[in-house]
Amino acid sequence: MSEDYNDNKTIQAQSSEAISGGGSVSPDLDYVRPAEIPDQDLYHGHSFLTKWVFCQDAKVIGVQYFLLATFTGIIGLILSWLMRLQLGFPGAAGFMTAEHYYQFVTMHGMIMVVYFLTALFLGGFGNFLIPLMVGARDMVFPYLNMVSFWSFFVAVAVLLASFFVPGGPTGAGWTLYPPQTILEGTPGSGWGILLMCISLILFVAGFTMGGLNYLITVLQARTRGMTLMRMPLTVWGIFTATVLAMLAFPALLVGALMMTLDKVLQTSFFMPTILKAGEVLEYGGGSPILFQHLFWFFGHPEVYIVALPAFGIVSDLISVHARKNIFGYRMMVWAIVGIGALSFFVWAHHMYVSGMNPWFGFFFATTTLIIAVPTAMKVYNWILTLWRGNIRMNVVMLWCLGFIITFVNGGITGIFLGNVSVDVPLSDTYFVIAHFHMVMGIAPLMVIMGAVYHWFPLVSGRFLDEKLGKWHFWLTFLGAYSIYFPMHYLGFIGVPRRYFEMYDSPYMTSAVGMNEFISTAAFIVGAAQFILIYNIIKTLKTGKPAGHNPWKANSLEWLTPKVPPEHGNWGERLPVVHRWPYDFSVPGAKEDFIPQTTPPSEVAHTEAEKT
Amino acid sequence: MSDPKIEGLALKPGFKGMAEDTSSDQTMFKGVHWGKAMMWIFLLSDTFIFSCFLISYMKGRGSTPVEWPNPSEVFALDAFGVPVPLLLIAIMTFVLITSSGTMALAVKYGYEKNRKMCGWLVLATAIGGLTFVGMQAFEWSKLIHEGVRPWENPFGAAQFGSFFFMITGFHGTHVSIGVIFLFIYAYKVFAGHYDSGKRGWFTSMKGDYVEIEILGLYWHFVDLVWVFIFAFFYLW
Repeated sequence: MSEDYNDNKTIQAQSSEAISGGGSVSPDLDYVRPAEIPDQDLYHGHSFLTKWVFCQDAKVIGVQYFLLATFTGIIGLILSWLMRLQLGFPGAAGFMTAEHYYQFVTMHGMIMVVYFLTALFLGGFGNFLIPLMVGARDMVFPYLNMVSFWSFFVAVAVLLASFFVPGGPTGAGWTLYPPQTILEGTPGSGWGILLMCISLILFVAGFTMGGLNYLITVLQARTRGMTLMRMPLTVWGIFTATVLAMLAFPALLVGALMMTLDKVLQTSFFMPTILKAGEVLEYGGGSPILFQHLFWFFGHPEVYIVALPAFGIVSDLISVHARKNIFGYRMMVWAIVGIGALSFFVWAHHMYVSGMNPWFGFFFATTTLIIAVPTAMKVYNWILTLWRGNIRMNVVMLWCLGFIITFVNGGITGIFLGNVSVDVPLSDTYFVIAHFHMVMGIAPLMVIMGAVYHWFPLVSGRFLDEKLGKWHFWLTFLGAYSIYFPMHYLGFIGVPRRYFEMYDSPYMTSAVGMNEFISTAAFIVGAAQFILIYNIIKTLKTGKPAGHNPWKANSLEWLTPKVPPEHGNWGERLPVVHRWPYDFSVPGAKEDFIPQTTPPSEVAHTEAEKT
Repeated sequence: MSDPKIEGLALKPGFKGMAEDTSSDQTMFKGVHWGKAMMWIFLLSDTFIFSCFLISYMKGRGSTPVEWPNPSEVFALDAFGVPVPLLLIAIMTFVLITSSGTMALAVKYGYEKNRKMCGWLVLATAIGGLTFVGMQAFEWSKLIHEGVRPWENPFGAAQFGSFFFMITGFHGTHVSIGVIFLFIYAYKVFAGHYDSGKRGWFTSMKGDYVEIEILGLYWHFVDLVWVFIFAFFYLW
């Protein structure tokens, strides 16, 4: 499929060879400061166990994270199928009780947000791409990185174990609001919630180890010439998301710990005085709202922990496949940083109906709407990058375009929900479901898919099949719209979310057809994801060999001496960086891309940006 | 070692110097060891954990309808028949702050490659930390003996016991982990691992005296957190 890109139609300047071959350029132009840090000391695995299982190579760890997160994500997908089966065709699944339904809702939410998206973006793409993109040999603490993955593994194992304990997994909703979470009557209020809290604590501990690696690798282990403002936006996105995670996960850790104590030791951190069937429980004097604050102080930055890496990755994909520099690189960087900073001041917009002071609602609505400014800047910049670009309409680009559309759609409904007076009637309806699935479910998923098609040639050395990819894209894109677009309407007519059945409510008649339609679409979209798995298995052995830099990209990960890169990434010598990664279609250049390692003297007579 | 001498690298003071470092290639914090930078960022994250604990404590204390126990009575200790408020806590705090001092000296002697002095001072810090943990265990058992439990206590609001055991327990865990590492590092210093650059047991990375400073950062942080716990829990 790379033959589409071998044509040099973008180069308009003539006889560029004659110009740049002149050689009358002073050598000072190529000067890069000498190395400050000695070459990294790496532990090379020797046995199967140290090479593939307890491996300290960030690339292998990245793939491990990716596979485990995908496995967990498939469980989340199957849970969503079961939920849709019940909603579209009540009673079709004979075993489904209301308790099961709540448990599936809860586990689907928690798995998708934390164990799938977060782990995939930061653990998967972060580990694989950061060292390669900044020109490091590996993450700075490879051992800690390995422990990070295995903590994640244990966290997932504990989470999935909760399906097999007495009472099953917790069914309190993914927000785990007390007091109902740990009271009898909520499914999984015994072992289920306990294992959930333990799993989250393990996840946070494991993530912290990984996160320290990502941050220090970006800050302290870049190669010669790699300034912060020459990093690909992918690295900026993952870096900023990691900063958010390091500051937001503590709140989740504390909340989960206090919840565990409330459950196990009958403390009353979150538990007010409660009457149950006329009987006063042991609890008293705690504050359920406190948990909501702790949870959303984690929960809102979490949205951006998922979104920022997606923003970064999609910027790079669009730039490479539109053969144009990213529009407003610095603006994009500051928008990422700005969104990250603002995301710590908006958490209570999830709590408008919790009974807090209306003035708080006013404050948090204002901050929430301010976030729309940097976000809209990013969307404009993506569109302006595409504008008059030399767009390759391949699968990667399709996913990127799909991302922009779904993200704008979800972003606009976010403005609805950010306003208190609009949110109050809409909260706990399907409108909310539609909003956050569009903006942080489908949109980041589109980027993940685009990234998989884009970087698969680097990981495996082979291309994924383009035709299967197009089927995968169109089924997913159109199908996802068929699922979530009607949900906005369901929300407007007031259908409440998290209801097992509509019973004799007015929605029973007005929403039944739509629910059937949504459920059918959900089955198709879910099944379409297996096209990708088939595609990967098929092309791993028989796919077209990609060779070096098949997309003609500029960033360092494509410039390794071997594809796929080996442990240590760079062979004998580290690369030296002279420019940003977005020199595409530079007037006067021989080809339509100038890799980051090309020294200025070679392209002195082109109009390459000074970066 | 703490004074970076990298060729072509002279740290400029002030905001201009900071801006230059930030916009330069390779490293943002010039001459700072990776492990040291990591510890600083970890401590920032840990600060958020303790802040969440202490803010939750304030909220919990504010929202319980039952009266909060008077800490100077609860935490009093009988000395020669006279109840002295906060006596044990004062001693504990003194010991912990002193161990911060020995730690700082250990870092200094480490960078001077004075193996013996460094080793003894790390060991002294470890013993200080161990004393602190021991006294905390004594305090816990005294309170438990008096009927204070995480879910109830005879002095007033049940949340008093809950927050007390949770926060001091979480801090005590930090101290205990620190003590374990201090003993391990004391062994490594005496065995000369930091002079010979012997590789670590798990990470297989070469030993260096900078590890003493990294552990020192952690230790000072644990002390600093204690000051806040002391102020919020015992003095308020």
